[in-house]
Amino acid sequence: MMQAANSNAASAEAGATHDFVTVFVGETMFGLAINRVHDVFIPAGVTPVPLSPPEIVGLLNLRGRVVTALCLRRRLSLPDREGDANRMAIGLEQGGETFALIVDGVGEVLKLGADTHEPVPINLDARWRDLSLGVHRLQGHLLVILDVDALLAFGAPRLAAGAA
Amino acid sequence: MDDLLREFLTESAEHLDTVDAELVRFEQDPNNQTILRNIFRLVHTIKGTCGFLGLPRLEALAHAAETLMGQFRDGMPVTGPAVSLILVTLDRLKSILGELENTGTEPTGSDDDLIDALDVMSAGPMQAPAPAPLPAPIPAPLPAPAPEIRLPDPVVRELKPGEVTLDDLERAFLEAEGPDPFDAPAPLPALAPAPEPVAAQAPHAPAPAVEAPVPDEAVAPAKAPAKDGPSEGTEGGVAKVQTIRVNVDTLEHLMTMVSELVLTRNQLLEIARRHDDSTYKVPLQRLSHVTAELQEGVMKTRMQPIGNAWQKLPRVVRDLSSELGKQIELVMSGAETELDRQVLEVIKDPLTHMVRNSADHGIESSADRKAAGKPVRGTIRLSAYHEGGTITIEIADDGKGLDLAAIRRKAVERKVASQAEVERMTDAQVAKFIFHPGFSTAAAITSVSGRGVGMDVVKTNIELIGGVIDINTQLGRGTTFTIKIPLTLAIIAALIVKAGDLRYAVPQVAVLELVRVDKSTAQQVERINGSPVLRLRERLLPIVTLTGVLGQAPAATDIDSGFVVVAQVGRQRFGILVDEVFHTEEIVVKPMSSKLRHLPLFAGNTILGDGAVVLIVDPNGIAQQVSQSTQSGAMPVEAEAEETEAADAKATLLVFKGGAGSYKAVPLSLVTRLEEIDAAKVEWVGGRPLIQYRGRLMPLVPADPSIEIRKTGTQALVVFSDGERAMGLVVDEIVDIVEERLDVEISADRSDLIGSAVLRGRATEIINIAHFLPLAYDDWARGPKKAAKRSSTLLLVDDSAFFRDMLSPVLKAAGYNVITAASADEAVAALLSNGRIDVVVCDLEMPGRNGFDLVGAMRKVEGRVAGLPVIGLSGTIGPEAIARARTLSILDLVAKFDRSGLIAALAEIDAAAPSHAHAA
Repeated sequence: MMQAANSNAASAEAGATHDFVTVFVGETMFGLAINRVHDVFIPAGVTPVPLSPPEIVGLLNLRGRVVTALCLRRRLSLPDREGDANRMAIGLEQGGETFALIVDGVGEVLKLGADTHEPVPINLDARWRDLSLGVHRLQGHLLVILDVDALLAFGAPRLAAGAA
Repeated sequence: MDDLLREFLTESAEHLDTVDAELVRFEQDPNNQTILRNIFRLVHTIKGTCGFLGLPRLEALAHAAETLMGQFRDGMPVTGPAVSLILVTLDRLKSILGELENTGTEPTGSDDDLIDALDVMSAGPMQAPAPAPLPAPIPAPLPAPAPEIRLPDPVVRELKPGEVTLDDLERAFLEAEGPDPFDAPAPLPALAPAPEPVAAQAPHAPAPAVEAPVPDEAVAPAKAPAKDGPSEGTEGGVAKVQTIRVNVDTLEHLMTMVSELVLTRNQLLEIARRHDDSTYKVPLQRLSHVTAELQEGVMKTRMQPIGNAWQKLPRVVRDLSSELGKQIELVMSGAETELDRQVLEVIKDPLTHMVRNSADHGIESSADRKAAGKPVRGTIRLSAYHEGGTITIEIADDGKGLDLAAIRRKAVERKVASQAEVERMTDAQVAKFIFHPGFSTAAAITSVSGRGVGMDVVKTNIELIGGVIDINTQLGRGTTFTIKIPLTLAIIAALIVKAGDLRYAVPQVAVLELVRVDKSTAQQVERINGSPVLRLRERLLPIVTLTGVLGQAPAATDIDSGFVVVAQVGRQRFGILVDEVFHTEEIVVKPMSSKLRHLPLFAGNTILGDGAVVLIVDPNGIAQQVSQSTQSGAMPVEAEAEETEAADAKATLLVFKGGAGSYKAVPLSLVTRLEEIDAAKVEWVGGRPLIQYRGRLMPLVPADPSIEIRKTGTQALVVFSDGERAMGLVVDEIVDIVEERLDVEISADRSDLIGSAVLRGRATEIINIAHFLPLAYDDWARGPKKAAKRSSTLLLVDDSAFFRDMLSPVLKAAGYNVITAASADEAVAALLSNGRIDVVVCDLEMPGRNGFDLVGAMRKVEGRVAGLPVIGLSGTIGPEAIARARTLSILDLVAKFDRSGLIAALAEIDAAAPSHAHAA
């Protein structure tokens, strides 16, 4: 009985790998579930929106659709990057709307199993903790998995107006 | 649900709607074989498809209806009850289809009631006239199916209306496509059916999946050449128009893709302009043309004929006429007029409502019409046509017209307007009262209408899509409603402007004009304590800078050149100062992201021709910000805080210079007009200054004894009026209009001042208009003064010191001892400690415990306080407030600034209970 359960779990583990798109903000590497990522593109022609919540960089035209661009740095309470370095954007979709997550750079797609997965360390900054689903131990560095829904759950109108 | 079933559902629903409308037409014109054939074919199609899909319940019902219609085709007289029965059957079919759509299976249940009734009706001529067992929805019991039909020799007797001659019957039978394929004799051209617009049928050409109708379609064209009768000519057009059903999402997607194509083309053109390579140019030109045409074509797919919204109306009118016992004819024209499907959806319900209203209120009963010498049958005319970029819809009836006298009475009763106002109004203005919520002059409330809900909703819906509605009515002759709506919502004309580094789109509808301002030209921005204003044709226009309201520039002090976009929202006019104005562009409005929807300053966004995203400025949002005093980046926070804390304690004041350079102010709501007159026009009669103003003599009163009326140049006046009278208050200079929270320090010793307050950092005296009015007319305050003989005690409850101070002198002048309270709690204390209070005047909108709470508490107290008369003051008097006031037996609701209304209401209380006033 015990053995059967074990072998089941083992086979499930072996098969249950998830694909993550990796992105960089500064030196930190983050992972986004690949099924949530619709696009990777270079953001151009961003129109700032006055009075908008600080996380929102502006609006941009992605193949005829107006997309709301938000900055991962600001979302993570990190300072804006110095200089006008090239940035990348990840197209995310939620509730029929498209958002562009502005990041410093985009890395490769990683296939990761549950074996390297760890829960979010409890000493992590509260703001980061709310946005993370877990951490993967990779060779040489760590990969913080971001919760896409949590990322996009900001700027409830009332709060935003107060913050602006 | 499989595709076949889904297709069947949409198709059947449309067929049933068509049958609905066609049946009503057929009832009026029973000889028209074209209509009958249409109906028969549609029902037959439904029946056939049901059998094919295995839907026994629907099939049985459709079969029974078809049988009865077959009887019509075979010459059975078409009677009202028979048509009603078929209509009820159609309703049942629709409800079954509805369930089928929800659950995917045919609901269980029995239709024996209807089927029996249909069978009895079908068998009618052959059966004894037994009372038919009819289901409930049919209004009248079925009369015996016309026994005349059984007369052996129909030729002898004259035909009754609705009956058919034996010849017609024979021909009908032969002409109608039945299963029997024998040759028909040549039709009689004289009796050929009138060519009816059958275009409505066109989109319902049976889908190829349905086997049943195919033979019909095949037979019709085959027959046509054989019999070259004119009747077939009309039929021929039906099968020719080819349509396919396309999902709306597909169209929307197509539209987006085309928009993108346009953008790409524009980019290419831009590149081509920079490079001198002419080999590109020709194909690019072609691409450009094709793209433009494609865009136009896709836009066209969104357009639908307005007739789609009308389809149900003939049935509605028919049912109404039988319910109300009136004879009503619905004439529709311009059904092919096309408009955007989104707009169509919005106006569908308002139109139905208005047609119902016309049938119920507009058209008189047959007896009344006869007495008035009108044709017994009333007509409702519905027409639509294009006019410029808008579509005009008219709903006209030849009924009794609006009773304007009754509306005037009602308006006064309902406190929508005062007696004096109502009398001054034109008929057109009075007619518009019917759009007020809760306004109905119907003598009797019928099940159809008369409950006073509706017309306001109609107006709101129409205004929502940028439309306007107008009424033209003639007593005894009828009423015409004219609705003008834009063709499409998705595309608006907008002015592209630049402010700071960004471009914005301003909807053209709100823009009145553009004024170029520059330091060196005549048009320049002037500043009053930092607030920019512009003199525009003898009026001051408040100005905001777009960057300022958007919180980008810290202050708007240094911008002096640019363009002022003069905008109007409601009655508020203001200028938006921008750096540059580019051009007008038709833009596709895209909704704001859910993360940004809370920003009131933006109505949406759009992608311009060059691919850039720009924000669409919402003029309504700007209008709200215009009156804010500051233009700092922190403004939204401030604005919100103020709104939640004490939104109604703010007052808009007109500031002017009067006497020795001092600043004075008066509530703007009391001011009728600002004037600048030629000083030479001032005349002196009996030592008093007067001017001729709008054909009357208007006395002038200096705002301060130190002001001298000028002899030369221009003289600024603030005009106050009350009914027919007007007074010009002479001031040195009109300075500004400010909206600020007021903290008035009361001055006790001067009757011409209420007190002083700090406005925009300046000490400003608030003048007491009540002091000046009697100076102009000795008798201005005489009416109220009569009441002064009684010295009743009045408790004035208002949280705003300003209102207390403004109303107290007025009330004192009217002869009341005035006690004031700043809150409900204070008022309760005053009521309990002071037994002499006779009447309470209470602001209903107060922070904390509001006026309603106070009155509620009063009513619960035992003894005298519970019965005290109360007058409510309110900024806005809505139906909700009226209802609530009634339950608390608040005697009257008066608008906050309506002094004469308040005095009149108080006088009424005194008149009603003279003993009451003296009781104390």
